[in-house]
Amino acid sequence: MSGLSQDTIYFFWDCLQYLINGVAQGSLYAIVALGYTMVYGIIRLVNFAHGEFLMMGAFCGYFILKLGLPMPVAIIASMLGAGIVALIVERMVYRPIRGEGRIPALITAIGTSMFFQYTGQLVFGADPKTVPPVFTEVIYTFGEINISNIQIFIFVVTLLILAFLWWLTHFTKIGVAMRATSFNLKAAELMGINTNRIIAFTFFLGAALAGLAGILMGYTMSVEPMMGLSLGLKAFVAAVVGGIGVIPGAALGGYILGIAENMVAGLYKSSFRDGVSFFILILILLVKPGGILGKNVKEKV
Amino acid sequence: MDYYLQIVTLVGIFITLTLSLNLINGYCGQFSLGHAGFWGVGAYASAVYGVYFALPLPPALNMLIGMGVGFSAAAFCGLLIGVPCLRLKGDYLAIATIGFSEILRIIIMNTESIGGPRGFTNIPKWTNGAWVWGVAVLVTIFMLNLKKSAFGRAIISIREDEIAAETMGINLFRFKLFSFIIGAGIAGIAGSLVAHDQQFLHPNNFNFMWSVCILVMVILGGQGSVTGSIVGAIILTLLPEVLKLIGSDISVWRMSIYSALMVILMLTRPQGIFGPHEFSFKRAKLSKGAA
Amino acid sequence: MSLLEIKNVTMRFGGLTAVKDVSFNVGPTDLVAVIGPNGAGKTTLFNTITGIYTPTEGSVTFNGDKVNAKKASDITYLGIARTFQNIRLFNNLTVIDNIRIARHTRVNYSFFDGIFKTKKYREEEKKITEDALELLKLFHLDEKRNYLAKNLPYGAQRKLEMARALATQPKLLLLDEPAAGMNPTETKELSNLIKFIREKFQIAVILIEHDMNLVMQIAEKIHVLDYGNLIASGTPVEIQNNKKVIEAYLGADIEGV
Repeated sequence: MSGLSQDTIYFFWDCLQYLINGVAQGSLYAIVALGYTMVYGIIRLVNFAHGEFLMMGAFCGYFILKLGLPMPVAIIASMLGAGIVALIVERMVYRPIRGEGRIPALITAIGTSMFFQYTGQLVFGADPKTVPPVFTEVIYTFGEINISNIQIFIFVVTLLILAFLWWLTHFTKIGVAMRATSFNLKAAELMGINTNRIIAFTFFLGAALAGLAGILMGYTMSVEPMMGLSLGLKAFVAAVVGGIGVIPGAALGGYILGIAENMVAGLYKSSFRDGVSFFILILILLVKPGGILGKNVKEKV
Repeated sequence: MDYYLQIVTLVGIFITLTLSLNLINGYCGQFSLGHAGFWGVGAYASAVYGVYFALPLPPALNMLIGMGVGFSAAAFCGLLIGVPCLRLKGDYLAIATIGFSEILRIIIMNTESIGGPRGFTNIPKWTNGAWVWGVAVLVTIFMLNLKKSAFGRAIISIREDEIAAETMGINLFRFKLFSFIIGAGIAGIAGSLVAHDQQFLHPNNFNFMWSVCILVMVILGGQGSVTGSIVGAIILTLLPEVLKLIGSDISVWRMSIYSALMVILMLTRPQGIFGPHEFSFKRAKLSKGAA
Repeated sequence: MSLLEIKNVTMRFGGLTAVKDVSFNVGPTDLVAVIGPNGAGKTTLFNTITGIYTPTEGSVTFNGDKVNAKKASDITYLGIARTFQNIRLFNNLTVIDNIRIARHTRVNYSFFDGIFKTKKYREEEKKITEDALELLKLFHLDEKRNYLAKNLPYGAQRKLEMARALATQPKLLLLDEPAAGMNPTETKELSNLIKFIREKFQIAVILIEHDMNLVMQIAEKIHVLDYGNLIASGTPVEIQNNKKVIEAYLGADIEGV
């Protein structure tokens, strides 16, 4: 190590630290992006309200923790809360608009998202709320880098979710039905699959994951009605970068964005943090519009 | 009185903006969700001219130069974004335009000489409601005449069916790019008017939500309809103000109501008020007769 | 001299070869049919001629110009027009606007003439409208000129698509299953119409068709595709007695033979 100056060594330590923070943040993006990608995969809808499912879930968890109940209960409440909101929205809004074309569906999604944001501000108040600390943050130090137990927890949970989804889509009846529906909705219907139920289930599952990410994020930062906006947009970018509609793609996109953002924010300027993800997005769209793991579909003439 | 004048001016600006997006989205069928970005680029470019490079000319002449600068800057951005992105389709184009407009906004946020996150102040006052409405009228005539010319028809055929349009001899890329550049440029003119009317700009006034608002105005009126765009812009600019006037109880709910109406509109009439058609008294009579 | 020369054209999609080493020529006023079972590569062949696909190998020459690296829109300028198997009209536009759009390649006024409505614009537009009406008359669609294309009955939509293709003033017209979904009376009318078009405009016509009566009745020459291969070419009588053709049809699909 004698060839390296002290500065260079610190630089590498810093990079490693940003990498670790990036992986933790990328895990959150990945969990949210999974929901985006599943819904897109099945009905080709960019569900802009996904971030708001996350926010609703986070509030459910927040109220549970406020009551003094333990974290596992809060996590379950968040997931159920977000899932139920998603079921209601799907039934009342997205199902009637299905088949009306893409632009009406997209506007509807944006409208729903705005409705939750603004109504949330009136109902919950616009101020960020701190979640009561129910378990102590432990920081492990290795050399010059710090890792918290929460970061490890988030990372492990993400891996478990990915394994679960892989199992679900490949080895269960409902998973096969999901894949069939996403491949060809009409044909799946003819095969006797209740596609409405499958779509509702997909929304529920995606939103439950968003709710989980919501409470985890709320725990590390705070809970507020607008929290879904930027996280939702980022997760969406992650899903597109990885290949929207492809489950491993969402995870890959999430990690790429999380790491890139933390690197740029740490090494250059934190105000460019948001710019990086969009820059990567444009780059990917130009080079491979279907995303890194996505397929390009050509129109049949 | 000042308050009403301000609203009337705002309506004029949104008419211009909505018409410019209608060219891209309504005529050409290209799904742009970053229109506020072009608006912002025009506004900032024109403001930079006003603050740093203004020539010693009467305000009216400087305003014309400012609009030229706003148009050119926004049109140039339209070209930069259009060339790589216009081969993307549907959702992907929408995503790319969101990305680009957010990047533009972040660049503005990080440029100190134009105020950065604090906003750009001390922009010379060169314009007023009359200018704004004059521009709105000219843009309306431009759009109506374009629609009736071979160029407008070519653009509209792309919206209807790209492959059929191409086999009619229409160069897809050229006409998409044309609508993108002109649409962006006209949004830039609207930006220039805002800059020299309000004398203050903030990057957050040109964020994603504003792109959505302009798009909703286009959709409410009916994509492709000039009269629809005008009506959409008027209704949606006035709606929050009307809710404000009705009373403060409702006023706090105005954004909730606005977004709920957006969803209800899509569920009940996804083609907008006029569909792709223009309002005409003849048609109004005919449909009455039929009913 | 032939108008269209297709020489060793091969079109591959990944591992699938949709058209394999196909060659034939079409003369200036020929009426030619391309037939074959479903999935034989007929529409793919049309797509390579009209520039929607670029052939993987081989060349397509039209009127002396090599067109297989050209854009679809440029090929229309040179004089090839087509219709589509699954009708592709401009649905939300009127019948007459569908035709006017097709005149795009032959418009002589500039963008500024259009915006300022100059005299040149008005004169040109008047002529475009008159020409469009004349064309619509030939197809008995002039009375429906202000209907939206999507509101026309199916048969009329097929006719409008043909009229629109003709409005580009082509030298070669490609018709992709023009009789699909038509009843025998309509098909009869159609076959007369196709012959009439060829005579009146003095153009070459290539049609893809499953209706063998129609094909045998109007085509002067028939090319048969099977699994992307050109298995036979000849007059209707020759094709009817060709062993390979009978095999291909009996092996796959005996509809209409």
